[in-house]
Amino acid sequence: MRGIYAVYRKEMGNYFVSPIAYVVVGVFLLLSAFFFNRILAYFIQQSFAMEMQSMRFGMPPEIDVPSRVMQSFFGILSSLILFLTPALTMGVYAEERKRGTMELLLTSPLTELEIVLGKFLASLSLFAIMLLPTASYLAFMYFRSDPLPPWRLLLAGYGGVLLMGASILALGSFISSLTENQLIATVLTFAAVLILWVLDFGASGTQGALTQVLAYLSIIQHYQDFTRGIVDTSGLIYYVSFVILFLFLTVRSLDSMRWRRA
Amino acid sequence: MIEVQDLTKAYGSVTAVDHVSFTVNKGEILGFLGPNGAGKTTTMRILTGFMPATGGTARVAGFDVFADSLEVRRRIGYLPENPPLYPEMTVESYLDFVARIKGVPPERRADRITDALQKAGLADKRNELIKRLSRGYKQRVGLAQALVHDPDVIILDEPTVGLDPKQIIEVRHLIKSLAGTHTIILSTHILPEVSMTCDRVVIINKGKIAAVDTPQNLTSRLKGGQRIRVEAQAPEKPLQEALAQISGANRVQTEAASGGHIIATIESAPGQDLRSQIAARIVEKGWPLYELRGVSLSLEEIFLELTTDDAAHAQPAA
Repeated sequence: MRGIYAVYRKEMGNYFVSPIAYVVVGVFLLLSAFFFNRILAYFIQQSFAMEMQSMRFGMPPEIDVPSRVMQSFFGILSSLILFLTPALTMGVYAEERKRGTMELLLTSPLTELEIVLGKFLASLSLFAIMLLPTASYLAFMYFRSDPLPPWRLLLAGYGGVLLMGASILALGSFISSLTENQLIATVLTFAAVLILWVLDFGASGTQGALTQVLAYLSIIQHYQDFTRGIVDTSGLIYYVSFVILFLFLTVRSLDSMRWRRA
Repeated sequence: MIEVQDLTKAYGSVTAVDHVSFTVNKGEILGFLGPNGAGKTTTMRILTGFMPATGGTARVAGFDVFADSLEVRRRIGYLPENPPLYPEMTVESYLDFVARIKGVPPERRADRITDALQKAGLADKRNELIKRLSRGYKQRVGLAQALVHDPDVIILDEPTVGLDPKQIIEVRHLIKSLAGTHTIILSTHILPEVSMTCDRVVIINKGKIAAVDTPQNLTSRLKGGQRIRVEAQAPEKPLQEALAQISGANRVQTEAASGGHIIATIESAPGQDLRSQIAARIVEKGWPLYELRGVSLSLEEIFLELTTDDAAHAQPAA
């Protein structure tokens, strides 16, 4: 436990002095703020148009602006996360290997699991810190809505973002443990996430059991449920087992470093 | 404190460490001497639990380095060949991190860090970023890192590499001062370093141990084949003949140098100092003598000597 905390503390310290973390968080906040603004403006315009129509034709307005905004916003967040999170984990192991500090970690009385968990929790914390300011955008809309939209939309949405983020971070850490080169780690992580993403599209062309399997494996499929305010256990299980699988593989990868010529 | 028995490490078809056995007693400084690629680093990495051996056993403080790796790692301070540093950390925060991962209890941490800083001569660099330090200071941070948890065993891989002569002397003093309370293994490819700091020496070459002995014994063994270099202005053939006639001179080699000088190398039998006889002979012949000195053996020659020596011992037994 103490070992996990020691590694966590060091990783967090490194994130806060590393330009990469600032660039990623900065770009993420800039883009998410821009998209939120556009989405909000679009749906307000839509609702006005609907209202005009209803005045003329006497139809009741049927648009729920806050929910639609949130759904679209969480949709955009997922794309931003896909593009930006691989940069948060590219160096976690690759850099240690390159600098030779892996030798320090592996000759310390730390288990591989402690190293892996410490690093993973640190990257997840940074990810959460990166998301935090976006909550203020939604809060801004929330308290001006009448009637207040259901809370579960917001909670499920952020839950989904965190779960998907955690999966990409675990995958990225594992890939980073395979190479000494940060660039290779980023590109491979990006490619892997993209493949998991488009499994969904692949599924739409096929039929039968394969469709279901591919759809289930797609990292974005379960996320969409969360953005609609639905917490589905199959999605929860998917993300949690995804994270556990890649953390386990990272532990094995560190272990195998001892057996290879370092 | 450290017992190594038939330790073997093979990388595919290459055997980096080949049935190495030695022991280190508590409080002793053991020197690992050998050329680059001899297997020093590999042996140290196995002892520190960084990599497993292919065969044989190694025990540190009674714990097997493979089966009880965590217990061994708790008791070892290790400075790898390249100090494992985080450039963007300050010296103090780095040592704090190392103290934490090595399991130093919170109440002792501050004292241990101050002590390590002091021993490594870093007290005034406490708050400096590691990336701003010179090569020598980085090496010292690496050394401080190996001391910070006050380990029973300290393993140093080429601790004086990259230091200037003054720093080298300081580091040697530091290492000597650590003996007694700590058991130390250090590796080097510099011969005088071993004789200055170590109680015992393991000479390792091509993964095999060539000799284990005290520096004093080793030096006298090596004196066995003494060599003398002579530079004189003389005709080559008569010079060689004259020198070869001296009793005790085993082999005389000559080569021409500039200005009509001849350089002769004389190998003598063990324990004999032929220098005065050589000088007398050359003066007797009336040749001007320019230089006369004993030649110390290079590390490669020592290995050659030790290995051929062993072969010579082995033959009569067989």
